[in-house]
Formats: sequence, C-alpha cells, structure tokens
Amino acid sequence: MTDFILQLKDVHKQFGRTEIIRGADLSVRRGERLAVIGPNGAGKSTLFHLISGRIPVTSGEIWFDGKRIDKENAQTIYRRGLSRSFQITNLFQRQTVYENLLSAAMWSLGYRYTFWKRISQLQPLHERAQEILELVGLQSRRDTVVSLLSYAEQRALEIGIAVIGGSHTILLDEPTAGMSRGESDAAIDLIKKVTVGKTLMMVEHDMGVVFGLADRVAVVVYGQVIACDTPENIRANAKVQEAYLGVAKKEEEGVNNAVA
Amino acid sequence: MEFFLISLLNSLSYGLLLFMLSSGLTLIFSMMGVLNFAHASFYMMGAYLAYTISGVAGYWFAFFVAPLLVGVAGILVERYGLRAVHKYGHVAELLYTFGLSYLMVEAVQLIWGRSAVPYGIPKSLQGSLFTLYTTTFPKYQAFMMLIAVLTLVALYLVLTRTRIGLIIQAALTHPEMVESLGHNVPRVFMLVFGGGCALAGLAGVIGGNAFVTEPSMAATLGTIIFVVVVVGGMGSLMGALLASLLIGIVQTFAVAIDASLLDALSVVGMNVGPDVFGHAVLSVTLADVAPILPYALLVLMLIFRPRGLLGKRES
Amino acid sequence: MTTHSLSAARINTPHAGRMLFIWVAFAVVLVAAPLVFSSSLALSHLTQMGTAIVLALSYNVLLGQSGMLSFGHAAYSGLGAFMSIHAMNFAGDGLLWLPLPLVPVVGALTGLAFAALVGYVITRTSGVTFAMITLGIGQMVYASSLMFPAFFGGEGGVSTDRVYGEGLLGWNFGPQIQVYYLVAAWMFLCVVGLYYLTRTPLGRLLNGVRDNPERVAFIGFNPHLLRYMALMVAGLFAGVGGSLMAINFEIATAEVLGLHESSMVLLFTFIGGTSSFIGPMVGAVVGILLTKYLPDYTAAWQMYLGLVFMLVVVYAPGGLTSLFKPTQEVLRQTVTQKQYWPAIRLLISGLALLIGTVLVIELMYHRASGSDTPLQLAGMSLDQHSVLTWVVSIAILLAGILTIKRAGRALLACLVEDEEQTGSAA
Repeated sequence: MTDFILQLKDVHKQFGRTEIIRGADLSVRRGERLAVIGPNGAGKSTLFHLISGRIPVTSGEIWFDGKRIDKENAQTIYRRGLSRSFQITNLFQRQTVYENLLSAAMWSLGYRYTFWKRISQLQPLHERAQEILELVGLQSRRDTVVSLLSYAEQRALEIGIAVIGGSHTILLDEPTAGMSRGESDAAIDLIKKVTVGKTLMMVEHDMGVVFGLADRVAVVVYGQVIACDTPENIRANAKVQEAYLGVAKKEEEGVNNAVA
Repeated sequence: MEFFLISLLNSLSYGLLLFMLSSGLTLIFSMMGVLNFAHASFYMMGAYLAYTISGVAGYWFAFFVAPLLVGVAGILVERYGLRAVHKYGHVAELLYTFGLSYLMVEAVQLIWGRSAVPYGIPKSLQGSLFTLYTTTFPKYQAFMMLIAVLTLVALYLVLTRTRIGLIIQAALTHPEMVESLGHNVPRVFMLVFGGGCALAGLAGVIGGNAFVTEPSMAATLGTIIFVVVVVGGMGSLMGALLASLLIGIVQTFAVAIDASLLDALSVVGMNVGPDVFGHAVLSVTLADVAPILPYALLVLMLIFRPRGLLGKRES
Repeated sequence: MTTHSLSAARINTPHAGRMLFIWVAFAVVLVAAPLVFSSSLALSHLTQMGTAIVLALSYNVLLGQSGMLSFGHAAYSGLGAFMSIHAMNFAGDGLLWLPLPLVPVVGALTGLAFAALVGYVITRTSGVTFAMITLGIGQMVYASSLMFPAFFGGEGGVSTDRVYGEGLLGWNFGPQIQVYYLVAAWMFLCVVGLYYLTRTPLGRLLNGVRDNPERVAFIGFNPHLLRYMALMVAGLFAGVGGSLMAINFEIATAEVLGLHESSMVLLFTFIGGTSSFIGPMVGAVVGILLTKYLPDYTAAWQMYLGLVFMLVVVYAPGGLTSLFKPTQEVLRQTVTQKQYWPAIRLLISGLALLIGTVLVIELMYHRASGSDTPLQLAGMSLDQHSVLTWVVSIAILLAGILTIKRAGRALLACLVEDEEQTGSAA
C-alpha cells in the first residue's frame, strides 16, 4: 500500500452560496514533489487554505499523516509537521529578517511561550536562524525590516520560514510569482535544496518549473482535481488539454523548447 | 398597568432619541470604519448652539439652523482633520476623534461655562399632551418622538430613493467597490460624516432641553450610543433602531424596578437573612444593576455574535 | 488591526555591559531626583510619575507590543488599588502580616486574577471588537462599584493609613519622600521586568501577534493564547500601578475605575510613543506634568493636554519619542551644512505659533472666568477686554500657523539639496 501522507476525500468548500471546492480528491505520497496547476480561480490556493487549517471545510475529510485534520486549527496542523508559504507575502512586516526567522524557529526547538529566558541566551535558536538565513541567501539583509525588502527577497524569506521549523511537509503557494527568469531559477534551486527528503506541494504556473521539479502533477479545475499523474501523462491527458484549451498547446511549445 | 404603559412610552421616546443619535454614528462607523468618539460631543454642540440661537432668534429658527451648523462643523472636521489621519489607520482615526471629543468639551466649557445652561422647552410645546391614569405625558416628549420618527422616515427615503442614498448604501458594505465604480467616495464620506454629525446636532437640539444641557451630557450618552451601534450591528440602520429601542426599554424598565433576587427568593418562601453569605449580592436590586445592563449586553453580543443583531459585515 | 504609522521597531541588542550601565544610571537618577526637586509638591509629582510610568508600561504591553487597543485598563489598576487598600486595612488591624513594601504584590495578584478571569473569553476577539469589549467591561466594573458599597465604599471610597506595623529599617513610610522611594523601587523592578520581557521569546511572539496574528498560527503558536497572556501580564503590572497609587493617596474611590482613568493611561502612552520601550515612560512623565504640574499655572491645562494629544496624533503618531531621531538628524545637518537662516525662520515660526496659542488660550480662559483684573502672564499684564490685546495675540497665532509648514518644508528642502550636492550619505 502506497504511503500517502496527505489525503483529501470529497472535500467541499462553500463561501456563502458560492461553492469554490466542489468535491476534491487527492492523495499525496510521502516524500514526493507534487505540483498543483490549474487555471486562475480554480481553487488551488483555497485547497492550500483548507489543508493548512486557515479556513474550515464545508464537508469532506482531510487526512494528514494518519490523522484527520480538517477540523483542526492552523497551529495544531503546523505542529503535526505541515508548514506553508503564502501567495501574498505574509510576514511580520515590522520586524527584521532575522527576527522573523527567530520567531518561526521557536516552536520546533521547544521554546513554547518562554518568558523566563532571554533570546540572547538561547544558542540553538540563533544557530538555526543563522543556518536558514544563509541557506536562503539573505545574510546581507539580516537586520533589514521586512517591509523594506525587495519582492524576491520577501519570497525567499517566506520559503525560509516555511522550512525553518523542520516540517516534513511543505506547501508553497506560487513561490516564484512575479519573479524574473533569473530570480525564479534561483528560487527553484533553493526549493530543491531545502525540500530534500520532505514532501513538497507547490502551486505553480510556470510549466518549465513544473516539468523540471515535479514527480507528479495535480490539475485543479473549477474546484475539482481532474487529474493527478506524472508530468508526461498529464501533458497527454485529454481532459487536461480541454481544460487548458489553447493554453496547453502554447505551453507545450514552450515546454518543448525549454526541455529540449 | 399604568407603570407598564408609562414606562413603555418613556422607553420609546428615550430609545428614539438614542436612535437619532446613533443613526449618524452607525453610518459613519459602517462606511468609514471610524468609531467617532466625538459623536456625542456634536450632540452637545447642537444643544448648546440651539440654546444660544434660540435665545436670540427663537426656538424654531434654532431648530433648523443649529443642526446645519453642526453638520458644517462635521464636514470641516472630516475634511481637514480626519482625512489627514486616515492614512495612519483606524486606531489613529479613533484616537483623533477621542482627542477631539476632549477638546470639544473643553471648548464648550470655555464658551458657556461649567454649569448647566437653562436651555428650556419653548412655550408652544410645554404642558402635557394627555393623561394616562395618573401620569401626564408631556407634549414635548411627543414632539421628540415625532421628530425622531420623521428623521427615520426621511433617512429611509434618502437612502433608498435617491441616487446619493443608493451610493451610500453600497458604500456601507463595499466601499472599495463603490470607489472603483467611479464614485467620489471621499466626498461621499465627507457628506456622510457631516450628515451624521448634523443628525447628532438635531438630537441635541430636541434632547438638550428635555434633559439637562451641561458639559457632561456628552459623556453620559457617549458610551451608550456605542453600545447601540455595536449591538445593532455594522452597516445596519434597522439594527441601530432595534438596539436603541431595546436599550431604551431595558434601561427605563430596569431603573424603575426595585426588586432583587432576595425578593424573588422570598416570593417562593425562602427568607434570606443579612448574615447569610452572599446577602450583599442577592440584595442588589434590578434598579441598582440598571446602569451596567447596556454594557453587559455589549459584552455578551460581542462574544456570541460579533456582527450584532442585524450586522451585514464583521468589523 | 495594528497601530499603523509607527515606524518599525527594531530590537537593537545592546551589549550586556551597556545595559548594566543604563540600569545603574537609571537607578542613580531615581535616587537623586528628589534631592534635586525637593519641594513637597515636586515630591508628590515625582511619586505620581512613578506610578504613571508603571501604568503606561503595563498598558503598552497591550497596545504597543501586542497591538491590542483597550479602553478598560483602569479596571485592573483600580481593582488592584481597592484590594490593596483593604489589605492595608487588614494589616493595620493586625489580621494579616503584610509589610507595606509588599502591598503591591496584592495589587499584582488582583490585576492578574481579574485579567485571567475575563481574559480567556475576551481575547478571542481582536481589533475594534476587542477595544469595544474592553470599554464595556471597564464600564461594567465602574458601574458595579456603586452596587457593592461594602467593597468599594460607595461615594466616599475606601481609605487607609499606610503607616502601620514596624516599617522597614526605621522607615514608617509616613513622609512623602519615603513613599517616593518605595514607589521608585517598585517602578524600577517593573521597568526591568517588562524590559526583559521584550527580550524573551514571548516578547517576540507578542510582537508577532501585533504584526500578523494569522502568521503566528502558521509558525505553531496560538494567537488567542498569546493575547490572553499579554492581557494577564498587562493586568498584573497595572495592578501594581494601582497599588502604588493606593499607597500614595491612601484612598481609592470609584473614579480610579472609570473611563477618565482609562483614557489618561491611553493618552499618556500614546503621547510618549508606543513603538519603543521608553516611549510610555516619556509619555507618563509628560502626562503628569501636563495634568498635575500645569494646573497650578493655568486653568487651561485640559485644553493644552487635548491639543498636545491631537498634535501627536496628526503630526507624530509614533509619539514624542519618534521625533527624537529625526530632530537630531535635522539639527546635525543644519549645523554641518550651515543652513542657519532657514532654521532660524522655522524657529521664529514655531515660537510665534507657541506664543500665539498660549496668549489666545489664556486670554479666552481669563475672560471666561469673568475676572475684571487683567491677565498676568509671564510678567506681562494683558487686558482681556482690550481689542488691541486680542488682535495682537491672534495676529501672532495666525503668523505662526500660516508660516510654519512653509518654513519647515523650506528647511528640509535646503537640507536635502545640500545632502545631494555634497553626495554624503543621508
């Protein structure tokens, strides 16, 4: 039996009278890299919100690492080992890069609401923050307030915060959105580096990235997962082509040129 | 029976006055997100201006002019003060109106003195309208209720039948959308703020002589209208009306009922003496508790139903 | 909802040695202050500054650190005050061993208990909702004070005598100076404690709740629990503040629970500045000067307080402390670039504004008081009935109002130009 770390079973999500997620089924294998693609408005980010506990499901089940999580809140799910980044940068705007990293590393290192020790005394915390700081390449911006960072730097910090806690499952929501080609390549290299041995789920629009990175691709259209398979099979999948009508052909050409 | 009817009438008139005062606040809060701490101060301003103007030109002249002046003041405050602070966020706006209320009370004391002014009911409206059992119902109270109802009707008509009213309604729940549709939302905000203040001023004109006109009048009503707005719900004038009447009823009836849990116990045959533990709590009468009831309502509403009775959106 | 506009607060991590120096210097200032300002009036003000500092710092745990605006802070300090008065009475009657220096512990526990009681439910909310709930609860506590005269003493409040027991090392804390040192000692403890709180993981997380409560959940912490803890910390220290007030005044009335008291804490803290640790302390000192010192000199002190507050809200929303660095920078640049003339113009403009404001306000108040004698101000005698006096005063005020913005912009423009020309780093 394949080891599924994350499973969505007939998940529905309604906002008022609008149903955004209309029966999503998905199984993610432990350790795999899964790309989530689909047209705008298909519900990819909403799925991430549901999985990570940001919003509750209307019906259906979400199973993570053998436990049902669809009724749990965000911090409980994080503590179970699932962390995520956000499409719209969601950091502590008034704090520095280093302070953001310190805060994000606390739980996993066992510092729970500690008020009897000063941070300056907590060596492991500083070591971990420094480690990730160097990993994401932000040493030169260590003491810069986040609101002053460039967009690409903020996205890099998002990734850093998602991995600093040692979570074994990482959800990245459009990590390369708005980046130039060079920045995007650097970001993808970073993502590959930091997710070794972990399960990765990534929303992505860039097919070049998808084909270079993903073990499998899940296609979300209109609130449902219409296909989940290897990149090559997805490319050939008739339903997917239909959903991406026109886009698929262009992307194919683009991919063929990139992959060739 | 008499008690019930009289109290009902009193709560109705108090509630309607509260509504007049809080309708402006609801509009301002819902549209602009600004909790106007100075709203009750505009009420006070209306009363004091009416007092001075009616001393010179008669009550009816004051009745029309004072609210207009207050409205103009509101427009100036919004245009030159609040707007400058807007970019700093809601907390800064709130603090601005807070400081403004402080200054307004000071200014009023400076101009009119620290004691109450004899703002009286005009001769034509004095006396009683009818007598119910043994209690007389004052003409002026009926006048107040009439004005409040007319205001409500006028507000309803303006909001639902005029173009500006429709824009305001839309901006009550979706201000950004309205702006992206091309309407001059800042100007609408300014008008709403001025209009809300004018309503408060009108409430002051008719309420100031029924109740006392003194520097502390703003403080006493100030917090109650916040309760009304929050309990009634964001974006909802109907909610404000319901909440005003509810609080009017609660406060009027509670203040008059001198019964306590002790009395309730003795009705069922249990007589609790003064040396029993908890006697102090049990002997508290409903009348004693009356002042905290609106706040208890506020807290409970915010805990169990933060959007209020009829609120259309969360804060 | 965050307290916008405030320039980002960074932790600068001073060396341990430097911090030690600061603490020692602070202690020296506290010890020396009453020796410099030794009149009994000054002592009273210094003592009140001490309690105000504790209250403002406790308030800023909520507002500046955790982003929680509260209108009911007086509930915690007021209840702490009442409990302390009763404790002192019990101790004075010999029913309880509680030397005076330990009375603030009672206040601390009371504040903590009340915050723990109401906090769990009310901290589920945040932003404006939370602010309104605190208003409601504060008003409820205030209104209940008249319902339970046994505890709250009715209209006259509850009073006590702080001189009881054996005292401490020969001090019975009767004289004001001894009370001052007791307050100063407790204030020092509170300042150190609250400062180091900002240096702990919890302190960092509270800032996180302020900046992005949602994100806090996604790094594994419960934002509700964090806000609850913030409220309990704030309540604890507010209780200490209330206790110190009770010791100082030996009485507690319903007013210590009221909206006025809550407003004053808010005003002081905000005027000082919420985004630095020292801001509330500065605000408390300035606030006491405006509300206790100034009334002896002018009847218009409330007007001044309101104006200062409004000016801070509009022009310095980060508080007075947020003006230190920029002013320092402007002064430095003015000197190095020798832009003296624009600076002098700005200074004159500012003086005109200040003098004009004071003149007009004092004249208005003097006239309102109905007095026939001329106003005595700074050695000058001004006749409030003379039109000339009014015209001149208003003219000065208008001159200040109309020229100050232009003068300020002109100075800054000159400085910027020069910076660019010389190519030096800004």
